[in-house]
Amino acid sequence: MSTSTLKSEPLSAEDRQLILATQSGLPLVPDPWAELGEQLDMPADEVLSRFQQMQQSGVIRRVAAVPDHYRLGYRFNGMTVWDVRDNDIAMLGERVGCLPFVSHCYQRPRHLPYWSYNLFAMVHGTSRDEVEHKAGLIREVLGGACSGHTILYSSAILKKTGLRLRKQADKQ
Amino acid sequence: MRLDAADRQLIDRYQRDLPVCERPYQEMAETLGLTEDEVITRLCRLQEQQVLSRVGPVFEHSRAGASLLAAVAAPEAQMDLVAARINRAPGVNHNYAREHTYNLWFVMTAPDEDTLDERLDELEQQLKLPILRLPMVEGYHIDLGFAIDWEALP
Repeated sequence: MSTSTLKSEPLSAEDRQLILATQSGLPLVPDPWAELGEQLDMPADEVLSRFQQMQQSGVIRRVAAVPDHYRLGYRFNGMTVWDVRDNDIAMLGERVGCLPFVSHCYQRPRHLPYWSYNLFAMVHGTSRDEVEHKAGLIREVLGGACSGHTILYSSAILKKTGLRLRKQADKQ
Repeated sequence: MRLDAADRQLIDRYQRDLPVCERPYQEMAETLGLTEDEVITRLCRLQEQQVLSRVGPVFEHSRAGASLLAAVAAPEAQMDLVAARINRAPGVNHNYAREHTYNLWFVMTAPDEDTLDERLDELEQQLKLPILRLPMVEGYHIDLGFAIDWEALP
């Protein structure tokens, strides 16, 4: 799935409010829309239809029970980075993104001579060996189009808050 | 963290495509063969146990403003100080230490591209370290979860 074609349209004040109210999760009650409606002073059916519109327009990427992989036991988080021939990266990026153990896959710019890697694929494992085995499978997909790679293991999560819109208008 | 079969099934099935309808937990209950109350109770517990970081929408950052992945190579002795300064900077929402010369990796966000650049310039001056700026050029698979291999987990 490619997302670079998405264009930003300004969010309405109501949609921003709804993002604020739901960014740390939906209310876990039988009718979450009614509860949000009370908070936002909006009818429940309007809350639901705005939410659905944000899904359709791509503002909401997915709606999910989002697992904390570290907490589940995936203690090793490897950011695998690859130097992939420019002409092949679109096709190969799609294929790497489809591997079942890759949670994110992006193309990013090189900054030579400091940084030569243009493809990023996030891999989780219960051990370093597992991450390395999975990186080996990515290496096979990339074949001769790849001229180098490394794995950056995370050693500490220093901050993780997800998307957070500011309560007071960030945009003035 | 040991989870029972129903917890696992719930997570496997709803890492994406949680129903967005009038009674979402009722619909999930029908799919899973549970009651609505059981689904809600399980979700609450899994959230309390922090097995689930949340139940809800994952937003597309680029639609709510601008963001990019950035990295700095902090001298080992100054790493804590540099990390603390990064965490305090406005707009930073992730910061990971990684084993590499570029040892601090963070996501900088802002309402728009100009503000994003200003924030990075300002932080760069504060840190007196060059910031590697790695905006997304193309996304091939973005945060859609991945298949959990339950048997392999400790």
